[in-house]
Amino acid sequence: MEILRYALYRFGTMLLTLLLVSVLVFCIINLPPGDFLSNQIAELRATGQEAGVAKAEFLRREYALDKPLWQQYFIWMGLLPGPHGFSGMLQGNFGWSFEFDRPVSEIVGDSLWLTVLVNLAAVLFVYLVALPLGVLAAAKSRTMIDYTAAFIGYLGLATPNFLLALILFYYGHQYLGLPIGGLMAPEYEGEPMSWEKVRSILIHLIVPTFVIGTSGASAMMQRLRANMLDELGKPYVETAVAKGMRPSRMLMKYPLRVAFNPFVADIGNLLPAMVSGSVLVSVVLGLQTIGPVLLQALKSQDMFLSGFVLMFVALLTLIGTMISDVLLVLLDPRIRYESRDT
Amino acid sequence: MSRDPSDSRCDDRYVDTAPYTPGAALRELERKDLDAPNWLLIWRKFRTHRLGLISGAFLLFCYLMLPFVGFVAPYGPNDRDAEHIYSPPQGVKLFHEGDFLGPFIYPMTSEADLETFQWVVKPDYDNPQRLRFFCEGSQYRLAGLIPADTHLVCPPEGATLFLWGSDRLGRDIFSRILFGAQLSLTVGLIGITVSFVLGIFFGSVAGYFGGTIDWVINRAIEILRSLPELPLWLALSAAVPSNWSPVAVFFIISIILGILDWPGLARSVRAKFLSLREEEYVRAAEMMGASSGRVIRRHLLPNFMSHLIASAALSIPAMILGETALSFLGLGLRAPAVSWGVMLNDAQNLANIEIYPWTAIPMLPIIVVVLAFNFLGDGLRDSLDPYQQ
Repeated sequence: MEILRYALYRFGTMLLTLLLVSVLVFCIINLPPGDFLSNQIAELRATGQEAGVAKAEFLRREYALDKPLWQQYFIWMGLLPGPHGFSGMLQGNFGWSFEFDRPVSEIVGDSLWLTVLVNLAAVLFVYLVALPLGVLAAAKSRTMIDYTAAFIGYLGLATPNFLLALILFYYGHQYLGLPIGGLMAPEYEGEPMSWEKVRSILIHLIVPTFVIGTSGASAMMQRLRANMLDELGKPYVETAVAKGMRPSRMLMKYPLRVAFNPFVADIGNLLPAMVSGSVLVSVVLGLQTIGPVLLQALKSQDMFLSGFVLMFVALLTLIGTMISDVLLVLLDPRIRYESRDT
Repeated sequence: MSRDPSDSRCDDRYVDTAPYTPGAALRELERKDLDAPNWLLIWRKFRTHRLGLISGAFLLFCYLMLPFVGFVAPYGPNDRDAEHIYSPPQGVKLFHEGDFLGPFIYPMTSEADLETFQWVVKPDYDNPQRLRFFCEGSQYRLAGLIPADTHLVCPPEGATLFLWGSDRLGRDIFSRILFGAQLSLTVGLIGITVSFVLGIFFGSVAGYFGGTIDWVINRAIEILRSLPELPLWLALSAAVPSNWSPVAVFFIISIILGILDWPGLARSVRAKFLSLREEEYVRAAEMMGASSGRVIRRHLLPNFMSHLIASAALSIPAMILGETALSFLGLGLRAPAVSWGVMLNDAQNLANIEIYPWTAIPMLPIIVVVLAFNFLGDGLRDSLDPYQQ
């Protein structure tokens, strides 16, 4: 079972990467001068609320913010005992949000699943759109279909995500009656899952999926088209045509299979961009994903909250990349089970 | 074979009697221009790429105009006209009731409608007013240095000239777009410079020396590439202290944009170096005692500088979009700095766009510039290999 061994190896490198990313994230969230608590303490002192100061000081000690930075990191990760023994990310304790005065896990809660859902939908959209359009553009290259696809693709690449979001929302609402804002109708928020809720989420997903996926889909489509065109010029295609094979069957059977590999491998490059896009689009469209949470946390220097969200976003992309790597090996036996360095 | 008795060289060897012309032995060159320098070949091929050529010319024009936007814009970037808030775009007309008047506009009067709480703007069609040219207006600095107050075109006395409308503070959107271009377009240039320096440095060191350095740099590249850019951009720009001056914020934002962009470039530089360092001319240079730095700079880099330039043209748009996104979210440039992203910040909610659609106009220059960079990059990439037919 060599594929299993490769998957395990890939999983191991992912964990290592995640560890390094955690150092990076910790540095970034500690970058702003001052922190939420010291700002709060200064403010409380200035207004003479000594009771609040005591609480803030307590929180400072509770989350080991009075320790040196490197110790803070290890306590945050759960590699060193903090004031309450080992209790960090590794133990499933994601810290305390100072702004909302609640544990981080309570605040992010549902939005984690919705984030995964939105991104998954966007990836599916990219494949479903880019695959047929790319093949079509290559098969009918230098015709109106090709040029139209290229034009739409370029436009999709050039329009900033958030503008596309605003435009589509406006027209979607005006002409198709699509709902504006949010990921579900307000009455379902906080409700347990039911069919109506799922339906509401699905309808609300249409516009965000479209917006997040468009630039990825156009990039993917152009690459697939280029790959297909390379393949279509090869002698075996000519042979197949000369032998009287139906064009559609020929396309599916030979060139597409060759051009398909980069298509799968690309998801690794595409995913970071799509997760980025989903954060931005969520803020603009007010989706209940972690995008708005991140923005809010960054603006108020709520370091544990923003740290957790950054870690989660990184984890999401890393897992996606890992899956695409394993899939690629499954798909193409020519790729040896080694690191894919080019 | 019969022998000619008159031939003096009768030693059985065949001699062609046709007259000998030395040039005939040379093979005709496949192409006439093989001795032309590389850049000339690239230029000749690029010239045939119409879209790329037009885009390049357009971008050149835009960048050359940046120092003179104060002259072209009728207003200053922060000039407010409290009388004309959310004024719709005004058209410049030439004929008034069939008579040629020269470029003129109909003055606008605006009133607050107390029923709907909207500004109602009415053009005064009986009173055409001619535009003034080369007139005195608000102060600006030519190229940021020379103070001046002459404008190419000014509104008529007592009237306004809002070509693309005015925003919520009565500032002219057209002028602001011109001034915004100064920041929005240079952000990409500074960012790409940072990314170039880092990318070429790390890529060439990794590719040339190999071994442990290569391994470390390669892992760093992989990690940075696998992270989503925007959340990191957001986090880094959130760390910029809010009391910094707009210029400092502008520089730090462009550096942030560049810092996360270099891994892609470093990767391609490294790949090229890995193959090129085995070439004989590299060994020759090394044996003649050239230092590693010299080999990298003089012998290896020029080989694919053109590729790097093409890839730069393709990554500048990402930075322009990045700045726009950051400013749009309120974590990038802040007022009083003017950039396209800052302007779009006003167009954040749908209701606003629905009532005053012209506040979303700054998206047009963004799309056009990003498209132009893409076409230019594609054109450059296609023409880089001039020997390929």
